[in-house]
Amino acid sequence: MLVVLGVFFPFAAAGLIPLLYRLIPNRRIGWFVMAVPLVLFAGLLSIVPGIAAGKTANVTVPWIPDAGIDLAFHIDGLSMIFGLLITGVGSLVVLYSIHYLSERESLGHFYAYLLLFMGAMLGVVFSDNLMVLYAFWELTSISSFLLIAFWYHRKGSRYGARKSMLITVFGGIGMLAGFLMLYSMTGTFSIRETITLAPELSEQPLYLAAMILVMLGAFTKSAQFPFHIWLPDAMEAPTPVSAYLHSATMVKAGIYLIARFTPIFGGESTWFWTVSLIGIVTLLWGSFNAVKQNDLKALLAYSTISQLGLIMSLLGFGSAALAAGTDAEQVLLAQAGFAALFYMVNHSTFKGLLFMIVGIVDHELGTRDIRRLGGLMALMPVSFTLAVIGSFSMAGLPPFNGFLGKEMFFQAAVTVSSGNPFTADGAALLFPVVGWIASVFTFIYCMIIVYRTFLGPRQPEKVDRLPHEAPKGMLVSPAVLALFVVGIFFFPNLAGKYLIGPAMPAVFPTLAGKPGLVPHIQAWHGFNTPLLMTIGVIAAGIILFVTFRHWRLIYRFPPFRWNLDTVYRGLIGGMETGSTLITKRYMSGNLRDYFVYIYVFFLAAAGGSLFLKGAFKPDFRMETIAVYEVTFVLIMTFAALAMPFVKSRITATLLNGVLGYSIAIFFIFFRAPDLALTQTVIETVTTVLFLLCFHFLPDWKPERAPARTKIINGLIALGAGAVVTGFALTVKGYVVFDSISGYFEDSYTLAGGKNIVNAILGDFRAFDTMLEVVVLFIAGIGVYTLIVLKAKKGGGDIEGK
Amino acid sequence: MKGNDVILRTVSRIVVFIILTFGVELFLSGHNNPGGGFIGGLVLSSALVLLYVVFDIETVHQGVPLDFKKVAAFGAMLAVLSGTAAAVLGHPFLSQGFGYFDLPIFGVTELTTVTIFEAGVALTVIGTVETIILSISKDV
Repeated sequence: MLVVLGVFFPFAAAGLIPLLYRLIPNRRIGWFVMAVPLVLFAGLLSIVPGIAAGKTANVTVPWIPDAGIDLAFHIDGLSMIFGLLITGVGSLVVLYSIHYLSERESLGHFYAYLLLFMGAMLGVVFSDNLMVLYAFWELTSISSFLLIAFWYHRKGSRYGARKSMLITVFGGIGMLAGFLMLYSMTGTFSIRETITLAPELSEQPLYLAAMILVMLGAFTKSAQFPFHIWLPDAMEAPTPVSAYLHSATMVKAGIYLIARFTPIFGGESTWFWTVSLIGIVTLLWGSFNAVKQNDLKALLAYSTISQLGLIMSLLGFGSAALAAGTDAEQVLLAQAGFAALFYMVNHSTFKGLLFMIVGIVDHELGTRDIRRLGGLMALMPVSFTLAVIGSFSMAGLPPFNGFLGKEMFFQAAVTVSSGNPFTADGAALLFPVVGWIASVFTFIYCMIIVYRTFLGPRQPEKVDRLPHEAPKGMLVSPAVLALFVVGIFFFPNLAGKYLIGPAMPAVFPTLAGKPGLVPHIQAWHGFNTPLLMTIGVIAAGIILFVTFRHWRLIYRFPPFRWNLDTVYRGLIGGMETGSTLITKRYMSGNLRDYFVYIYVFFLAAAGGSLFLKGAFKPDFRMETIAVYEVTFVLIMTFAALAMPFVKSRITATLLNGVLGYSIAIFFIFFRAPDLALTQTVIETVTTVLFLLCFHFLPDWKPERAPARTKIINGLIALGAGAVVTGFALTVKGYVVFDSISGYFEDSYTLAGGKNIVNAILGDFRAFDTMLEVVVLFIAGIGVYTLIVLKAKKGGGDIEGK
Repeated sequence: MKGNDVILRTVSRIVVFIILTFGVELFLSGHNNPGGGFIGGLVLSSALVLLYVVFDIETVHQGVPLDFKKVAAFGAMLAVLSGTAAAVLGHPFLSQGFGYFDLPIFGVTELTTVTIFEAGVALTVIGTVETIILSISKDV
């Protein structure tokens, strides 16, 4: 039960923040917010030993049992890693943001969105039900959208927010389709039950489609090539958000999904090749593009893309373990999965650290353009030290955790290339080679971060502020992360045993308990291939970094300068022009045209289907008709027929009124006083509305339409009238079902009211009424916004404020 | 709509109250007789419309200083929340209850939760009608 409370705790806190912000309208509110992830982090830590011993925490609260949707939460080793990252990095990011954001910002919004995200992300990793997972998944996209657009007055922020939303939600909907396919194969939304059914799935026809759609969701969320383009634009968000969502947690949701679904899809060659290849391509393209960036945050964005690709490819390598033949091979390949999770934890520490340092530089100097930076080492010694720790770890140098991760990556790539169940020839040699090249670029941009920002000549003329060290509060969070960067290097097996190891049975359930599944991590393991590769990376990296300005030119030539943004812009632009074209074809602005569409559709859909099904059975049996009824029918007929021929608008309005009031009288004839009253008042209010508009309507001109149009319109009108009449007559003599009105006749005993009409409206079918009320309200607000809030002439761009 | 129609103004001052009373009567009697939240709300708003037609917007606004958008929003919220109360108590959403109580002046009276729901309907109707009419007439 605590798990459920844990997931909903951030949501509850997010709801309270706006109230709290009224009491404490300054940055101290951050301390209250920080309590939320801290409490959750402590709670998760307390169950780490249990999880490490192989236990799991499960709670299921029925939600929509008929549809198989339950609030089922499940904590195992895999979700534990993510839970600790979300709450741990979350606490540090909130602490950092207290000093980063100015008091003038709307902090209430910021923290409410941040908590919303935190809850959604915890929901994603703890959900065992696919539908609940999907709901939380999309909620992370929405909160990310809100946070990227936090500075919504900036054009770039709005562009980035929309782009990230479009791409991740596109993938999310694909993933939803994949989940539904899985459901149609298994009959359950529970991930654990699906895993137990996994061996029988691969024969099913939908298996491949479901696999590809699930991968689509993961790749869009984790910014994998070619969907990576949203991540650099997401950097418009405040830096704490970039550190948290767009490097440490949200973009890892795709990694989580791939790891979580490895037991279901792993061991298939499609899964192995797609995940590994997409990962390795993303790794190369991300690191290659990071080198050319001038904006430090854009550089870190591309670096994040590339490292997500690295983790993804490792998960791909690892999935081969489920198809390997011998025990030794299986364990060897599964180490790639271990490396993926290990690298992911490392990445969260050093990348979060680097984002925070870049935020400090931006905060102190007002710029993060490396062409304007340099020589900050003496002025910001602590930031410099932390930046060195983060960058060198990312570059894969000892004594930092990145070194261990990089070595494990090389080892895994070599293992896969030297033997895996899917290919015998040398195609897999691609992996270590591409991985090595990408690592060289990684090394180069890590050096760029350190050298171009903190070393070299100072350029005070390009910066308008005198830089100095950041306030202590901002340095605490990156310092804590730096401790982890160094600490994990010296005690890697602590993390391996308590954090990463327990996740292995979740990713490779069939290998659970095999000896050697959790490797013993060593920094020094003799001169073997990975170490030689690292030395090669350092050598080639230093040479290329020193000669960077000579080969920089290659970024100007295709294919190196290609940017998939062009494709995105083209697609969006094309869709906009396309839909405008289509819309303009039928939105003529002429009310009669719209009536034509409505009635033609009505004729075709209602009339056509009734006719084809042979359901038209007009019942012409008449009861006795009173003289006054005939009189009013004649009056109405006259009014309706006269309408098209009158010469002035006021006559038309009056004829319309004649029709309306006559209907009210018919309601009285047929003993429906409620309807009669309503009709009368409505008619009156409508007439007043007409009076209001009268003065501003254009002159009433005779119709100039060609005769053919007039005849066709006349036929459509007659047809619509005929269908309605025929329908009314058919209903009269049609007995297919028993009437349900007998139930309503009990209204006095059931609802305590003698007026059946109102008992139906307010009690029996109150849901309809409630929704109608809401629709009415929305319509009113719609009229108000369209008329009162419309753009003033010449004032056009509201967004430009 | 500023005019000098003395007769209309004098008559309206009295008629408006008749319409308002009629509207309230319709609203309250809806449970057992013709009437109810929707029609009651419509009649009440037509009284306000009459005021707007006879006097000008500013004058009426001094007497009835309401933001009708908020009235509509409040009504819609009331209608939705009145149903939530039933859900909180463990009944299906929007279940209504009623009972007979012995009140001091009225004698044995039936009280029902539908009244709250219908009040929401009526307020939404009033708010929306006035919002639309004011929006259009202010647009001139």
